[in-house]
Amino acid sequence: MIRTLADLPSGGHGTLVGLDLPAEDAARLMALGFVPGVQVSRARSAPGGDPVVFRVDGAEVALRRETARRMTLRTEP
Amino acid sequence: MTATLAPPVGAKPVVVALVGPPNSGKSTLFNRLTGLRQKVANYPGVTVEQRRGSMLEAGMRPVELVDLPGTYALDPRSDDERIATDVLNGRMPGTKVPDAVLVVLDATHLARHLTVVAPVLALGLPTLVVLNMADDLQRRGGEVDPAALADQLGTPVVLASAATGEGLDTIRRFLTGRFGVPARVALPVLQSVPACRAWAGQLTDASAYRSPVPPVWSHRLDGIALHPVAGPLVFFAVILGVFQAMFVVAAPLSDGIEAIIAAGGAWLATWLPAGAPRDLLLEGALAGVGSVLVFLPQILVLFLLVGILEDSGYMARAALIADRTMAKVGLQGKSFIPLLSAHACAVPAVMAARTIENRRDRLATILIAPFMTCAARLPVYTLIIAAFLPNTPLLGRFLGMRAAALLGLYVLGFLAALGTARLLKSTILRSERVPFMMELPPWRWPTFRALGFRLVDRSRAFITRVGTVILAASVGLWLFAHLPTRDGQAPPIAESVAGTVGRAIEPAIAPLGFDWRIGIGLVTSLAAREVIVGTLGTIHGIEGDENSPGLQAALRQNLTPGGAAALLVFFAFAMQCVSTIAVVRRETGGWKLPALQFGYMLTLAWVTAWVANRVVTALL
Repeated sequence: MIRTLADLPSGGHGTLVGLDLPAEDAARLMALGFVPGVQVSRARSAPGGDPVVFRVDGAEVALRRETARRMTLRTEP
Repeated sequence: MTATLAPPVGAKPVVVALVGPPNSGKSTLFNRLTGLRQKVANYPGVTVEQRRGSMLEAGMRPVELVDLPGTYALDPRSDDERIATDVLNGRMPGTKVPDAVLVVLDATHLARHLTVVAPVLALGLPTLVVLNMADDLQRRGGEVDPAALADQLGTPVVLASAATGEGLDTIRRFLTGRFGVPARVALPVLQSVPACRAWAGQLTDASAYRSPVPPVWSHRLDGIALHPVAGPLVFFAVILGVFQAMFVVAAPLSDGIEAIIAAGGAWLATWLPAGAPRDLLLEGALAGVGSVLVFLPQILVLFLLVGILEDSGYMARAALIADRTMAKVGLQGKSFIPLLSAHACAVPAVMAARTIENRRDRLATILIAPFMTCAARLPVYTLIIAAFLPNTPLLGRFLGMRAAALLGLYVLGFLAALGTARLLKSTILRSERVPFMMELPPWRWPTFRALGFRLVDRSRAFITRVGTVILAASVGLWLFAHLPTRDGQAPPIAESVAGTVGRAIEPAIAPLGFDWRIGIGLVTSLAAREVIVGTLGTIHGIEGDENSPGLQAALRQNLTPGGAAALLVFFAFAMQCVSTIAVVRRETGGWKLPALQFGYMLTLAWVTAWVANRVVTALL
């Protein structure tokens, strides 16, 4: 199923499908590893639940929920 | 690989640029190669630091290394990336195209970091690819065949570790040997990140790359540092620890420096003939410079601790924890580091704001940093609080009235900073919300070498400021306090230039409960806030010292309690510091923002001091 990165439960993972963000922000995210097709899993979050840390391409990258909401991924049902 | 470039003859150094993504250990390698033979300047027109250093090997041609800002691609999106691109293309005024390039990558993130190699190879310059953090890669069971990767890239590749020194010999041999341009290889479409990433993926496959296993210890430590309950507790414990160390560890060292300066002054006084030049040297230059130099221990302790926090990886976690609070006022987690540093001194804090990529966020952070209670405010606070407040216990032995007042002033400064940030981000620095994205580096042991570099580098920057701006300001203020001479004698301070200014501004500050004496102090404290203590001492003809009972008694004579409260609030808010003004001008590249900042802080200080005076006077 398709869901946003923000809805991914802790420990969940999936394949990144798309970035619904301005081209410049999308390019910065891709440079950090968020290239469509890559495996993304959710690690911890800051206390309070925002920002959230994602594991992508061997790295850990923190994103705010508002950004994660605009990134979609496909997860196994 | 074809060698076409003969080593230049003579003393003219070859220029080699270091390129690489953030967190690749590029600066550690740069420090390791150049030692302390470094110069820091700003690129023309922007606030990006230009770091150059030279490498001298006996019998070899000299090499000048240029540490370019960290960049994931050569696609100019931020100031930092534009600089890196312009330098490599030779479009940066005053900088020629480098003779060769070192691309520094984190070997533990090879696939992702290799993408930056494609645009560098496209330049056709002699290139060495450094796979840094080899120790980390091997420890975590990763593997790569540098020779196979070199075949694929058509340019030499070395596995190295800037932290342990592995591979440094090969890098030095490359730098001092014959440069060869890379062989032509097929490169991906540079504008397409997915294409570059796919290309990098093929390269890692062809070079037998095995990713390291995830750093288990790092994840465990994050389990504590980012724990919903333990995380915030650790966060506050770290902040308290930093403050505690600044006062407990640094205070005796500051006293030591003060004693040395006093002894030096006394010694000079016995050797130099009495007269105006001696007084200028001792009371102007030495006293002024000395009063700022005593903050060196505090600044060093702060930088040591901030260095440990940064190099270990905690600072990134702290920025993550602070992000939500910062977001409420329109800032972001990365502003946390400069704002923490500002509690020692706003000058290094303003420089630390460079790590914030978004220009508007960086400017907002620079503009609010001077609200934080810096060390220079403490002598002023201590003097006034001791003179006007009894030390009545409020919470048993733990919190007395004086400590509570001091704590209140810290909170006041912090709240003013947050309020101002909110105001700035909703007016002149309003920006589209730039997505906060921050790579969390794995936890690491900080190395003594890196911490040592940082301390030497920063203390050198601080001492340079003390030796230039602050020296000039101190001498200038001394002259104003001793001119115009009458019959070859300095006038009483009330009739000097400084006194005249103090009297001239008296009508403006009278509503705050200040007289002309405080006015002179406000003028002289522009050199550094705590100078007001010495000035008030001079005016009252008493040894100026915040613990002096004589000065406290004198203050009670010409300040009402309302005026005292007003003075505290005024010092909390006003930008009484030429060093900060100077550094903001340099970092923002013009007078507009420091002028705005000074005017805003002065207005805020005046209005709140007026209110404080009225309220306290009405209450008592």
